[in-house]
Amino acid sequence: MLKIGLDVGSTTIKCVVLDEGDNILFSDYQRHYSQITGKTGELLRQVRDQVLEGRPASLTISGSAGMGMAQSCGIPFVQEVYATRVAAGRLAPGTDAVIELGGEDAKLLFLTDGLEVRMNGSCAGGTGAFIDQMATLLKVTPADLDRMAGEAQRTYTIASRCGVFAKTDIQPLLNQGAKKEDVAASIFGAVVNQTIAGLAQGRRIQGKVLYLGGPLTFLPRLRESFDRTLGLTGLCPENSLYYVALGAAWCGEGEAQISESIEKLAAYRGQGEYAVIPPLFESREDHRAFTQRHWRHAVPCGRLEDETGPVYIGIDAGSTTVKTVVTDQRGGMLYSKYQQNSGNPIPLIREFLRELYELRPDIHIAAGAVTGYGEEIIRSAFGVDHGIVETVAHFTAAKQFMPEVDFVIDIGGQDIKCFKIKNGAIDNIFLNEACSSGCGSFLQTFAEALGYSIQDFANLGLFAKRPVDLGSRCTVFMNSSVKQAQKDGASVEDISAGLSISVVKNALYKVIRAADPSELGRHIVVQGGTFYNDAVLRAFEQELGVEVVRPNIAGLMGAYGAALYAIQSDALSGRDRDPNRRSGILGPKEIQDFHHKVQGVNCGLCPNNCRLTVNTFSGGRRYISGNRCERPVTHREADDSLNLYQWKLQKLQSYAPVPGPRGKIGLPMGLNIFELLPFWHTFFTRLGFEVVTSPLSDRDLYLLGQHTIPSDTVCFPAKLMHGHVETLISRGIKSVFYPCMSYNLDEDLGDNHYNCPVVAYYPEVIRSNMPEAREVTFITDYVGLHQRRHFPRKMAEILAQYYDGITLREIKEASDAAYREYEEYLAAVRAQGEEIIRLAREAGKRIIVLAGRPYHADPEVNHGIDKLIISLGAAVVTEDAVSGHMQKFPVGVLNQWTYHSRLYAAARYIATQPDMNLVQLVSFGCGVDAITTDEVRDILEEEHRIYTQIKIDEITNLGAVKIRLRSLFAAIDQQQAEAKREELSHV
Amino acid sequence: MSEKKRPERVEYTKEMNKAGYTILIPSMAPIHFAMLRYIFRSSGYNLEVLENQGPEVVQEGLKYVHNDTCYPALLVIGQMLDALHSGKYDLQKTALMITQTGGGCRASNYIFLLRKALRKAGMAHIPVISLNLSGLEKNSGFTLSLGMIRKLVACVVYGDAMMQLFNQVRPYECAQGAAQKVVDQWTEVICKQFDAGKGISIGQMRENLSGIAAAFAAVPVKKRPRVRVGVVGEIYVKYASLGNNNLEDFLRSQGCEYMVPGIMGFAMFKVDNRLEDIKLYGGNPAKYAVCTVLMKYLTAMERELIAAIRKYPQFVPPSAYQHTKSLVKGVIGYGSKMGEGWLLTAEMMELAELGYGNVVCTQPFGCLPNHINGKGMIRRIKEIYPSANIVPIDYDPSATRVNQENRIKLMLAVAREELAKETGEAPAAEEAEEKETVTL
Repeated sequence: MLKIGLDVGSTTIKCVVLDEGDNILFSDYQRHYSQITGKTGELLRQVRDQVLEGRPASLTISGSAGMGMAQSCGIPFVQEVYATRVAAGRLAPGTDAVIELGGEDAKLLFLTDGLEVRMNGSCAGGTGAFIDQMATLLKVTPADLDRMAGEAQRTYTIASRCGVFAKTDIQPLLNQGAKKEDVAASIFGAVVNQTIAGLAQGRRIQGKVLYLGGPLTFLPRLRESFDRTLGLTGLCPENSLYYVALGAAWCGEGEAQISESIEKLAAYRGQGEYAVIPPLFESREDHRAFTQRHWRHAVPCGRLEDETGPVYIGIDAGSTTVKTVVTDQRGGMLYSKYQQNSGNPIPLIREFLRELYELRPDIHIAAGAVTGYGEEIIRSAFGVDHGIVETVAHFTAAKQFMPEVDFVIDIGGQDIKCFKIKNGAIDNIFLNEACSSGCGSFLQTFAEALGYSIQDFANLGLFAKRPVDLGSRCTVFMNSSVKQAQKDGASVEDISAGLSISVVKNALYKVIRAADPSELGRHIVVQGGTFYNDAVLRAFEQELGVEVVRPNIAGLMGAYGAALYAIQSDALSGRDRDPNRRSGILGPKEIQDFHHKVQGVNCGLCPNNCRLTVNTFSGGRRYISGNRCERPVTHREADDSLNLYQWKLQKLQSYAPVPGPRGKIGLPMGLNIFELLPFWHTFFTRLGFEVVTSPLSDRDLYLLGQHTIPSDTVCFPAKLMHGHVETLISRGIKSVFYPCMSYNLDEDLGDNHYNCPVVAYYPEVIRSNMPEAREVTFITDYVGLHQRRHFPRKMAEILAQYYDGITLREIKEASDAAYREYEEYLAAVRAQGEEIIRLAREAGKRIIVLAGRPYHADPEVNHGIDKLIISLGAAVVTEDAVSGHMQKFPVGVLNQWTYHSRLYAAARYIATQPDMNLVQLVSFGCGVDAITTDEVRDILEEEHRIYTQIKIDEITNLGAVKIRLRSLFAAIDQQQAEAKREELSHV
Repeated sequence: MSEKKRPERVEYTKEMNKAGYTILIPSMAPIHFAMLRYIFRSSGYNLEVLENQGPEVVQEGLKYVHNDTCYPALLVIGQMLDALHSGKYDLQKTALMITQTGGGCRASNYIFLLRKALRKAGMAHIPVISLNLSGLEKNSGFTLSLGMIRKLVACVVYGDAMMQLFNQVRPYECAQGAAQKVVDQWTEVICKQFDAGKGISIGQMRENLSGIAAAFAAVPVKKRPRVRVGVVGEIYVKYASLGNNNLEDFLRSQGCEYMVPGIMGFAMFKVDNRLEDIKLYGGNPAKYAVCTVLMKYLTAMERELIAAIRKYPQFVPPSAYQHTKSLVKGVIGYGSKMGEGWLLTAEMMELAELGYGNVVCTQPFGCLPNHINGKGMIRRIKEIYPSANIVPIDYDPSATRVNQENRIKLMLAVAREELAKETGEAPAAEEAEEKETVTL
């Protein structure tokens, strides 16, 4: 009997037919474009007619997308990892591990020394879909990506958790002129890291390793990248694409009724049972009225050819598109251009200027402004007069269409920006955090996957009868939902409408977190290219129940706002009275001779040794990126005198090892140890131990421990602990002290004084998952510093398990000294905080309370956000420096974690200090902060203060953070200017 | 966006209760909650257990609860708001009830999140009653009397017994529905006894428990090899079908027998934590004494429960709490108490020991304690029980059922292979006759 094996994956379908001697009679590999049942039926028919020729055969289906179909059509199914194992057992006996990357899945199988099979969890980072996404971003095919990776000279660190995170890293690299080859290699590096971090879970991948699946078959550089990181040479065997299908074939038993199955597949249309939401438009008339209403909001236009006066230029160098406008001095639109950004905006702007000069060689440019991701590089490359933050640009433009606007929402390629306006100033900003679901690129991805242009695809949804309710979720998961809906019989129209509605829901409920449309205000301007899409616009109005303004230049608002800004700025300064005013933008001759050189160098000015990208432009202008501080640019030491984060770091590093008779004891510097270092250092030093701490975190330290991380969704500070303990052990430390602590010290600010579960118990995870930790004395006992009276006795019991001859008396003395030292440390932090606040006030600087957890002071965790704030001209203090000003007060949540109580107290205190603002650092995956962020926001907003939140993870790029902070500062400036004007008008 | 005002907590008053307010409580473990409803009703509270499901529940949750909050909070609050918005209840005469544990996990904040959600939805006037044994919030219209507490404890014991036996009998019953019938009959018997103030003494419980065990033993069964699966996890996701995408139905459709450890263990764990705290860090000896007494009371109940099941060799009785606890010695500390704490690790080991080593470890996406006690301990457990076959499954609004079931199927494929090796017989696979319970 022959054996048919089908592997229906998330993006492709694979089929093999084996004869009695296990020879492959037939094999096929193709993309199915979500036409799963159709393609399967087609393939089976082909097999029946051309291969079987009447011979009996068994049939087994495998693969993630084949499960439901197999079940409904009564075809035997075998789970795909299991099938892989069966195939590997037959074809490559002696294999120790299999790495298989698929469209949306990544799998790792350990075959020897205890079978273990792992699949990626609910995150699709590091899979074929991710590689495809990245290739699209670079505007190349995956094969090109592979070729380019082979020519790389250096690599960058790119977050691998998910395509969106990676994009956040890659886009600025490209915008800043990084070489695509280097980026390509970095992408492969990210895939490798994601696979190891996500799947190895503490087990080393070693021995004979097989590489299977599409990406690893087609991308030799990806294989090399795995080889390099794993330190071995893996094998990509013959038929590496077909292992699952082969395994399925071998699992086959009994003769299948192929023709019957084909009929069943043809009849299988799903149950047609999916959640339905009301259609967008009931009738064509509705749609017509709707379109007419919206086209009323049009910008006045003139002709560039006829303009005789000075003109203004606005540039929006966004993440995926570059928009440019030319206006007259009253804001009338003369010329505009909308270009796809393939990574480097510089040639696009040069092209724009060249065209402009060709059209009007005599043009008189008065001034120009640039905004967006590429702001800085464009500004230095072309001598643009102003650089402004995006939020300000968009607000300026929105006001032009609706002077009384109180809410602006901009949905662009991969950003959502929303802000509330109060008293003419930006009052509150919402940006999508590290998730691009619900943005333009999201719709585009689906349109392309289904074989449509974005425009056609969106229009399909307008008159859909039964739009699918897809909820709001990550692109990759949405993929599965869309497939599910298709299986259930939803039409492309219904899916298109459903996706448009999901974009809106995502913006409203995930980014803005509105429960009630009235919260957004009555005067809403919507903008960004995504709103050209009538389906999205309609869904937005329906969901909110209000009519909104969509300007006819919705996609150009950033650029238009920039031009308006330049006009207004001239008006404010009186420069507009000078008829001969000239912009600094390069002239026709200079544009002709323009050249641009990119160089990668290592900074070397400090131990960070940042990888810098140096752009040199004609005329010797330079733009440096990749730097974490201003030193390579200004050649001056960073000034840390107003940075409490740096002070804290230095203070903690001053707790140096003191050689003692009892030998060395190592403390990993993170989570619960970080702030308690003064305590434990004193305690153990007094007892005669030499206290050695792990160094400040960096990338290498993280990589050292990443293979022992069992849960890939835990927060980054926790993941770093693996590296810290590994580092201590690798430095020959034989005793490591890392206690479990359910409770922290009680600071009387809350109802209880817990640590969060991760801070409390992470030592247990290290102990159970890091083999090296068992080679040393690893002390993870439960310690209760909050019970000061009982502590010495309990600690004596603990230490007696590991050391002889430490007396209770000694411990009592040591702990008294330790509690004292800890108190002094906290007092010193507060005192230094006060000093910084005083100095900042004297210098008239803004004060930012960068509020997080103590361990956020680690520069690898906060990515230098403290220094960024300093470079923007403000002073930085910590939450614990000001929380002491408050007594316990009632909050709207159960206030039960010590570190979090400080946040509430700090927020309440700041609300009384007009020159202080709070920025909250939140670790990705921090479950507790889902609660604290809302509460901190509530506390601040009660006093009409702006709340700013920054989510941090492995992401190292500060571009988005900078936008947030600059927007915050611009908003504060505006509020202050407003207040001053009101004051004056009262006088 | 959020509210500007933070009003006082709305108390559930005597007058409200007199006026016949409906008290809504989310459902979790169906067998237990049927009795729970009865206990409250017979004590003068108009309690209703919410059974509403469907995508609206999740939508309401996403709308009113911070989306990064754990999935159970989102579901429970979504379910309540969906009910309030359904028009079925007079909003001027409805109250909500939710359990509150007060541990270091964010779960102790559910009640605050619920109140926030009510404010957002413009229903801040609806009183929320905290159901807890720690005296966390007081309401004049609701008090847990000693009688009720004793009935609730008995309800846990009976519920656990029925749940365990039901899960062991149902996969093999000759006549479909026979096991369910036993549950229904005995639930009625016990509720009637509760009415008469009976069924709560140790003696009466012993009698009832052996009656229950006998009734299940009398159900005609046809034994055949089935993959035995254990289910552990965060308490809500573990028990509630709304939380785990009907995991039990899915496992049944795959031809498995499954065991879900009972609520009694969790209750004892919570009491025991107070003892462990004092042992680890020092503390009030009076409190220690009180908790010791309580622990003894629960242990006595547990002993009856196990004894009744043990009488029948065809049944696997649950392990005693103290035994389960002893399994994790040296694996994880007893101080790890947040969420399900070390008990979760211990239950996986217990299941492996009882022959249910194919384990689905369920948790809400990003569940903090389970990073430690669940996923964090799997490696260690596999060192001790090399045959343990554990699959961690995350649940959240964006995790799709197909993905979850695919991963479980992988675990089951390995399990079937092992079982076939042991028995030399092909184990039950997917079952066509029960397909109607699976909607893919």
